[in-house]
Amino acid sequence: MVELALPKNSRVTTGKTWPKPAGATNLRKFQIYRWNPDDGKNPSVDTYFVDMDNCGPMILDALIKIKNEIDPTLTFRRSCREGICGSCAMNIDGINTLACIYGIDEVKGAVKIYPLPHMPVVKDLIPDLTHFYAQHASIMPWLETKTNRPAKEWKQSIEDRKKLDGLYECVMCASCSTSCPSYWWNGDKYLGPAALLHAYRWIIDSRDEATGERLDDLEDPFKLYRCHTIMNCAKTCPKGLNPAKAISEIKKMMVERAV
Amino acid sequence: MSYLTDRKRAQGLGAGGGGTHHHWQMMASSLALVILVPLFVLVFGAGLGGTYEEVLAYYSRPFPAIVTGLSLVVGIIHLMREAHAAIEDYTHGTVQKLSLIATTAFSYTLIATALFALVKLAL
Repeated sequence: MVELALPKNSRVTTGKTWPKPAGATNLRKFQIYRWNPDDGKNPSVDTYFVDMDNCGPMILDALIKIKNEIDPTLTFRRSCREGICGSCAMNIDGINTLACIYGIDEVKGAVKIYPLPHMPVVKDLIPDLTHFYAQHASIMPWLETKTNRPAKEWKQSIEDRKKLDGLYECVMCASCSTSCPSYWWNGDKYLGPAALLHAYRWIIDSRDEATGERLDDLEDPFKLYRCHTIMNCAKTCPKGLNPAKAISEIKKMMVERAV
Repeated sequence: MSYLTDRKRAQGLGAGGGGTHHHWQMMASSLALVILVPLFVLVFGAGLGGTYEEVLAYYSRPFPAIVTGLSLVVGIIHLMREAHAAIEDYTHGTVQKLSLIATTAFSYTLIATALFALVKLAL
């Protein structure tokens, strides 16, 4: 349901301003959301100053530098540092994206970093993605077949394989789903752009034999039809994918089989 | 305390088995309104400013009466469905159900009133 104001215990306060590194001349200001579930306080925004002469070019480089050299309690997820794992998704300068492939120079002024919007926070920049992953599992993200398994492999033509381009690249970072107002208000029932993009990836797969069942599972006013083509998902996707198009293709298939 | 698994929570009660009909009807009425709204503006504008007798005579002709009737019925039903989608987006529970009933009742009353007025003019 729509929420127009944050609950009292989620209102963000001004946090600590950490001292500037001594002798640094090329400083960049970072304002980072902090919340610790153990201290019982409201979230706050801490201010850090990073010496850009001794820092890598990406937002993740700065976060790692802050954690290593200024504040070891700063908590965030990261792994591959090259846009493949999707771990470091966060809201940077108002945009949901991956910290590892977003350049510090792409932000003007202070770099403001928050966790992905409208998700429960585990700590600092780490959102709780439990429900998001469960929704992904619910669309059965695997090949479903009924024909006996072939001796060698399930074959696919080059043309059919091409249909998966723009779909299989999704790294499940949750940037798209957490940028979608429909997912904010009805995330309990609406599957969201990421899960629906994956659903379409399996629906359109020429080897999959559960197309009808997959469409049946999506035939619901909330699971699929909460998408109002707002397009935030396509705008924010750090991998340049278009979940809105995948959703519209599912809708077209739904109409095709019903009308 | 609930011991529901994450998967069960995500599955919920399963698929409702509806939605495509609403989606298709919205597409169809949108297309119809692309044609009807400009026609209605032209028809309504042509009849505007006449005396009472002239307006009665104008709406007793089939083309203005049918275009006006179709525009009102299709337009109000389209608005009702759009309002339903907005209500489902922003409200839950009893408020949602009451709002859906209220908008449906209001829309059909509006259609009945509009058609009654049109018939009175036309006949």
